Amino acid sequence: MIEISQISKSYEDVQALKEITLQVNEGELFGLIGPDGAGKTTLMRILMTLLLPDTGEAKMNGFDVIKDFKKIRHIVGYMPGRFSLYQDLSVEENLNFFATVFGTTVEKNYDLIRDIYYQIEPFKTRRAGKLSGGMKQKLALSCALIHKPKILVLDEPTTGVDAVSRKEFWEMLKKLQKKEITILVSTPYMDEATLCDRVALIQKGKILDVDSPRRITEKFPRKIIRARSDEMYRLINDLRAFKKAESVFAFGQYAHFTGIEDNVETTELDIYLEKLNHKNVLVEEIPPGIEDVFMSMQEQAVSSE
Amino acid sequence: MTQLLSFIKKEFFHIFRDPRTMLILFGIPIAQLLIFGTVIKSEIRDVHIAIYDQSKDVTTQEITNKLLSSGYFILDKNLENTNDIDAIFRKGKVKEVVVFGSNFSEKLTKEGKADVQLIADASDPNTARLVVSYTSGIINDYVKKMHPNLEMPLQIQSEVRMYFNEEMKSAYMFVPGVMALILMLISAMMTSISITREKELGTMEILLVSPLKPGQIIIGKVLPYLLLSIANAFVIVLIGNLVFGVPISGSFILLMLETILFIMMALCLGILISTAAKNQMTAMFISMVGLMLPTIILSGFIFPIKNMPEVLQWLSHIMPARYFITIVRGIMLKGVGILFVWKETLILIGMTLFFIVLSVKKFKIRLE
Repeated sequence: MIEISQISKSYEDVQALKEITLQVNEGELFGLIGPDGAGKTTLMRILMTLLLPDTGEAKMNGFDVIKDFKKIRHIVGYMPGRFSLYQDLSVEENLNFFATVFGTTVEKNYDLIRDIYYQIEPFKTRRAGKLSGGMKQKLALSCALIHKPKILVLDEPTTGVDAVSRKEFWEMLKKLQKKEITILVSTPYMDEATLCDRVALIQKGKILDVDSPRRITEKFPRKIIRARSDEMYRLINDLRAFKKAESVFAFGQYAHFTGIEDNVETTELDIYLEKLNHKNVLVEEIPPGIEDVFMSMQEQAVSSE
Repeated sequence: MTQLLSFIKKEFFHIFRDPRTMLILFGIPIAQLLIFGTVIKSEIRDVHIAIYDQSKDVTTQEITNKLLSSGYFILDKNLENTNDIDAIFRKGKVKEVVVFGSNFSEKLTKEGKADVQLIADASDPNTARLVVSYTSGIINDYVKKMHPNLEMPLQIQSEVRMYFNEEMKSAYMFVPGVMALILMLISAMMTSISITREKELGTMEILLVSPLKPGQIIIGKVLPYLLLSIANAFVIVLIGNLVFGVPISGSFILLMLETILFIMMALCLGILISTAAKNQMTAMFISMVGLMLPTIILSGFIFPIKNMPEVLQWLSHIMPARYFITIVRGIMLKGVGILFVWKETLILIGMTLFFIVLSVKKFKIRLE
């Protein structure tokens, strides 16, 4: 459905994309996972015909993003990273406007957006600028969907949205997928990666890996130990000072530890940390997550440069 | 077509829901008109003067009465000695002191010659010049009427008539100018701001991804402002006519058609600005500095073009407002028809086409 081959794009002083090649299949929920500045937005804008690639080509549903941009603009729904609806128009006016712009009516495609729109319908006379973050996203999604696109492209739709709304949002995407819409979504949140069918890990304009989230973690050969104590900052420094430590990263309430050649046992760390007077220490082995994979790939990419 | 209509509807929502836009659209034109109307003046009224009368006889008394009853002057103080003159000017309120020499009427009848000194506050040279000429006019008038037999040798009487503006009313001069200024401001600035706002808020990104054609976006942006500007022009002409008494000697329809042409030109200019400006601030800055100031200074609105340095005269040729002001003055004051302003009209049409072509070409169908 989306075919990207050898796409490169440079801005004045940075190369945003370096020979990206990627395929998204029909009906897939595909995730672009990467930190800020990785090139996710640039790639999406090229697919949305908003930017021209320097080299390489891309096709959306068989249409070339450069030559057939007008045809593409009829079949895609796009939700930019920033809230891009008219703040001074009401919920209803926004929806009606985008429906007519795409040559359709709200009634015609109401089926598609009903699940999303009914939640904001009670506020339909409210100005879009006065909605909460979660509601804004729902409205933006409704507007992007109102013309029943074949491909839906969402640029960081859950950034700045609370945890409950994020969860709801992904459930909506899952439902849309069943209605034969191919969805390409980008996110900086690793935990959302597991909700996609397949993901591409992207970093500094390069694709590190493309696979299903489970296989990405399965392929990861390393042993991850997570540790916790009352003094997180000192804990991380102490772990980094441990002689058999290879990498230590803070992951929320825990520090994820990888030992040299994976021959570090949890008990070893227990003893080491107790000696250093850490209180409430918890050390356990866990299966690697996408984020661990990402961090280690990033390390490799940096060291190989 | 429905796409375009809903775009225009949306545009009207933006305009009517933003108090600042409403203020610029409807508050500023009226305020500007009234302010310019009362501030830029080449006529005087209620000027404060002081009189130092050294003879205090019948003639000086009568001249004083004549001056004060003319409506141009108000007597602030009767001075008693020359030192007071300096003091009273420093206070700033009094703009002119009239000094009558001693034995005024006696000298006048016997020697046929008497001394009046007019001292004016020339810190505002324009007013000073006007005040002095009004005063001497009144004095001469009086003297001639009182002493018709007083023949001065070989005198040439010039009788002046101000054609098209018999009373030299400045409203005649500024109404066309303000009209050009306001229409330029609203049309160019507002369209350029409203397009760059879409860029700034990111909505342009969605509009571009939609099947809307560039032409539809441009027309959708321009049409609401065209209608509002026409309404504005109508109000300006009306206020000019009712409040300031500026006549519409020529065809009203021709005036409105020319106005619409000028508005179109300004709107296209606005679109052109928006294709170059990245955000609202830049758009506003370009419109203000690049359009408003030259319109005020170089169009002949306030300063006569013929008095400018040659470089500026040359520059004024590319000011669209210059031609519009000529057209409006022609139609409103002289009552001429299209035959007398066809050259200016053609230039405006040419400019409009030029800007349309340029802005459609420069309109980006992508983000960069």
